Amino acid sequence: MKAAEILGLLEASVLMGPLPEEEIMTACGSDMMSDVLAFPKERMALLTGLTNPHTVRTAELLDVPLIVFVRGKVPGEEVLNMAEDAGICVIGTAFTLYDACGRLFAAGLPGGTGRA
Amino acid sequence: MSGAICESYAVEAGAFGTAGEASGKIKGVLRKLGVPSALIRRVAVASYEVELNLVIHSLGGTIDLSVEPGSVVLDVADRGPGIPDLALAMQEGWSTASDEVRMLGFGAGMGLPNMKRNADEFAIQSEMGVGTRIHMRFRSPEGTGT
Repeated sequence: MKAAEILGLLEASVLMGPLPEEEIMTACGSDMMSDVLAFPKERMALLTGLTNPHTVRTAELLDVPLIVFVRGKVPGEEVLNMAEDAGICVIGTAFTLYDACGRLFAAGLPGGTGRA
Repeated sequence: MSGAICESYAVEAGAFGTAGEASGKIKGVLRKLGVPSALIRRVAVASYEVELNLVIHSLGGTIDLSVEPGSVVLDVADRGPGIPDLALAMQEGWSTASDEVRMLGFGAGMGLPNMKRNADEFAIQSEMGVGTRIHMRFRSPEGTGT
């Protein structure tokens, strides 16, 4: 799924661009970075309500090209700058984590159940 | 790629602001050396997990990286306090992390099991009052080399 389609499905706005050109293959939704680290997949979008720098650090280590902040949360400038430096696109949606994941899953973006 | 590369990274206890930097450097070294991306990800995940453990639970320690033909090795040593029950610590979901750590998105009790899952060899030794040592080897998929 293209990031532009994700943007539309989640009625999201771009907080730090540009949108990645590459296809997003799967998504993971969690506020626990420990869980995100346990199930990383290739070209994965990360949906979370955790807006601290560790979200970007975790995403960078896992080569995550797209972070979606849910529940209308907007991270601080430091976090957005970290994402820019890491080449990670950040978008924001008003949907809750559950609803945002549900929308993407229903549109055909698979989850990451099972070990990497 | 040929020849052995050895680097050592110090990790400070309680340094949440810089947690992950050592793992970022390790990932950068492996990328420069042309290590396959799937192998880099496994090493990066285990390295980040162990680095977080050093920050959260230890009195400080080091992560030593060795890149050898065919594999990547992480040897980790801390200065204590040690893990009282290793079998319990290896269980997914078991954690002694504080609420403060959980607020940062960590402390789900996945660290040690996740290191073991990502490594091809995993060995841990711990002595109370002395410290903990972890050895992890990650082999390159056959034919891709490191």
